[in-house]
Amino acid sequence: MIARANSWFSVLGLEGNIGLLLFLGVVALAVIGPFIATQSPLDFIDAPLAPASPGEWLGTDVLGRDVLARVLWGGYRILGGGALATIGGVLVGALLGIYAGHRKGWPDQAIMRTADAVQAFPQIILVLLFVSLIGPETWLILIMVGFSHVPSVARVARGGAVRVAEEDHIRFCEAIGMPQWQIIAREILPNLKGILLVELGLRLAYSVVIIAALGFLGLGTQPPAADWGLMINENRIAMASNPWPVVVPVLLIAILTIGLNLAADAISRRSGQ
Amino acid sequence: MTAGTQVRDLNIETRNGKAIVENVSLSIPPGEILGLVGESGSGKTTVGLALLGYCRSGLKIRSGSIRIGETEVLAKATAIDDLRGKVVFYMPQDPATALNPFLRVGTQLAETFRDRPDEAALRKSLGEVRLPEDGRILHAHAFELSGGQQQRIAIAMAFANRPRLIVMDEPTTGLDVTTQAHVLATIKALCREHGVSALYVSHDLAVVSQLANEVAVMRNGRIVETGPAREVLGTPKHEYTQALIKALPRLKDRAAPIVVEKPETLLSVRRLKAWHGPFEVLHGIDLDVPRGACVALVGESGSGKTTLSRCVAGLHAGLSGTISFRGQELQHAAADRPRDLRKRVQYIFQNPYSSLNPEHTIGRSIQTVIALFERVSRKEMADRVADALAQVSLPKEIANRYPRELSGGQRQRAAIARALAAEPELLICDEITSALDVSVQARVVELLQDLQRRRGLSMLFVTHNLPLVANIAQQILVMQAGNIVEGGNASDVLDQHRAEETRRLLRDTPDFTYEA
Repeated sequence: MIARANSWFSVLGLEGNIGLLLFLGVVALAVIGPFIATQSPLDFIDAPLAPASPGEWLGTDVLGRDVLARVLWGGYRILGGGALATIGGVLVGALLGIYAGHRKGWPDQAIMRTADAVQAFPQIILVLLFVSLIGPETWLILIMVGFSHVPSVARVARGGAVRVAEEDHIRFCEAIGMPQWQIIAREILPNLKGILLVELGLRLAYSVVIIAALGFLGLGTQPPAADWGLMINENRIAMASNPWPVVVPVLLIAILTIGLNLAADAISRRSGQ
Repeated sequence: MTAGTQVRDLNIETRNGKAIVENVSLSIPPGEILGLVGESGSGKTTVGLALLGYCRSGLKIRSGSIRIGETEVLAKATAIDDLRGKVVFYMPQDPATALNPFLRVGTQLAETFRDRPDEAALRKSLGEVRLPEDGRILHAHAFELSGGQQQRIAIAMAFANRPRLIVMDEPTTGLDVTTQAHVLATIKALCREHGVSALYVSHDLAVVSQLANEVAVMRNGRIVETGPAREVLGTPKHEYTQALIKALPRLKDRAAPIVVEKPETLLSVRRLKAWHGPFEVLHGIDLDVPRGACVALVGESGSGKTTLSRCVAGLHAGLSGTISFRGQELQHAAADRPRDLRKRVQYIFQNPYSSLNPEHTIGRSIQTVIALFERVSRKEMADRVADALAQVSLPKEIANRYPRELSGGQRQRAAIARALAAEPELLICDEITSALDVSVQARVVELLQDLQRRRGLSMLFVTHNLPLVANIAQQILVMQAGNIVEGGNASDVLDQHRAEETRRLLRDTPDFTYEA
């Protein structure tokens, strides 16, 4: 259980707070980026691969577009898409897992063995399979990224639910005949908020990495739109001339992932999982 | 050899200076047992652990002296490794968690000895604690032994190096009366035989009265009264000790008979059999609960009393037979029963620490129950919650609190309030006082008696505590190994006890015979 405290700050400890700051910093950059960018991410403003200079603080990319503008514009899709996919995936996974852990018997077996089968595919392969079959549609990417999280989240939620379902307060709810959806959503779910918050953080980091990887492979955001993953792919051949269009997106994704992991670790220590 | 254990002016406080234990002085001669009595939060366990030079994190020993034999525990020069296990030994409350489930009992027992013992020595130490001396137990794992056997192993470990002092923290709380009686006798005999002193930390006055030579009563970190057991418990001088003794249920007390206008059978169970997996644990039970009466189910752990109560509540899967309520046959699973009947039969659990959802406020827990059975307006809901809390004498502000913010007694009251909110006719109470202090237990029992009188509530009261039963029940059913071996009016069962099992339970129940 996360102890109720006046602020998240005192709850998470030093490492957790650093993680949270790193995460929020990258999110802030991605969200307000489009509003503060002085250049359009699509305009050709200079020669290709121009070095950094005043006014073009990170130089230009292989096609002569402003790198800073593309960095500022290229984050919100990854982060927004990552967040949507993660929330959906964790929610579905949590409900399925809690249902399995509380209901037990054959539904438990059916859900968990199906999860095993799905989990046999690495997440990225699973997403690639469908995206290459149907096409790089945004809705499909989000659904598949979310879906790829479901099995492992379900496993974690089931573990927690099995423990909580044995407690007397759940037995009491059964004795007074509370409907099962109510037991799952209102009685068991709140008791798992610690471990689910941890899952949410870790899965968000995975989502961002997968969506960036899809962009890198050309299956995510399509050119000429700006996207951190796409930028890495477009500019990696010219790293010697102007490293910034590769280095900055890589750093941002790394900072985001590290930040989320630190914060998730802190939450998990706090909730004693 | 100097005399036993001396504690002088022990002060323990938290890191920010709040006193937890104040000026505690104790003296235990060799071979004698001191009973340290007090309610939860009185600091008795803190004192017990301090004798090992140990403090829970956040606490520190500010001043004082603890002398065990020639060793000064609090002196800097004293190496903790030479002290613990050799001079002083700690015996925890729950032997099941103290023994490593992955190691054989013999391996763990051997580890305690200062010099590696041979098998003969190990067997001898088993014999001392009245366990069979053949190799079977040495080769067993802890989970293959009963609670009593596990606790005997813990005793064997405690006496292995013949320490000067053994600190025992409620070592018999989890055991049933017969096992408890045997374990207590063993401890007493071993202490006397080997000149080992013992500090017996407990909230159970009846047990302490049987075991201890001297008693110290603790309250809020101070010792309020100390002296020979017979004097302190027989003619207590301090009012707190008097209150504690008064709160204790006595075997000779009897519940008031009930007066009903129309006698009627509320709950009736016929030929009930129940299984745990392939094992039949109830073998054809018949029982009746008359309207307005309290029927007690007593028996040792494992006799099937909790299974029986769960069957009635619809919480046990795997049973046959009929359960009827006011003549209407009940479905076996609670979920299949009509809403009206689920409302009329309410279950209260043993452990108030797990029976309330830690993530919900008390008010929300109570609301959930009301909302499940009735449609009520917001205003009425608030009134109903306040009313339910009032019935168990809790202020209505408790509705906004979380269970972790309440004491054990308050939690159990809240759990009772939640059951009452459904306006039941039958309450099934499963050992509901065993996790509570005696004074709290007395208040909860009073509350139930009052509800029984005022609301005509019927109760099925499951317990192993016979003196408590004498206080509250009009009828008693004695269970043994899945059968009811004796049943009838409370006085008949307690006074005539025809069945062997009843006699045994009564004989082993530590009754408090001193007069307050």
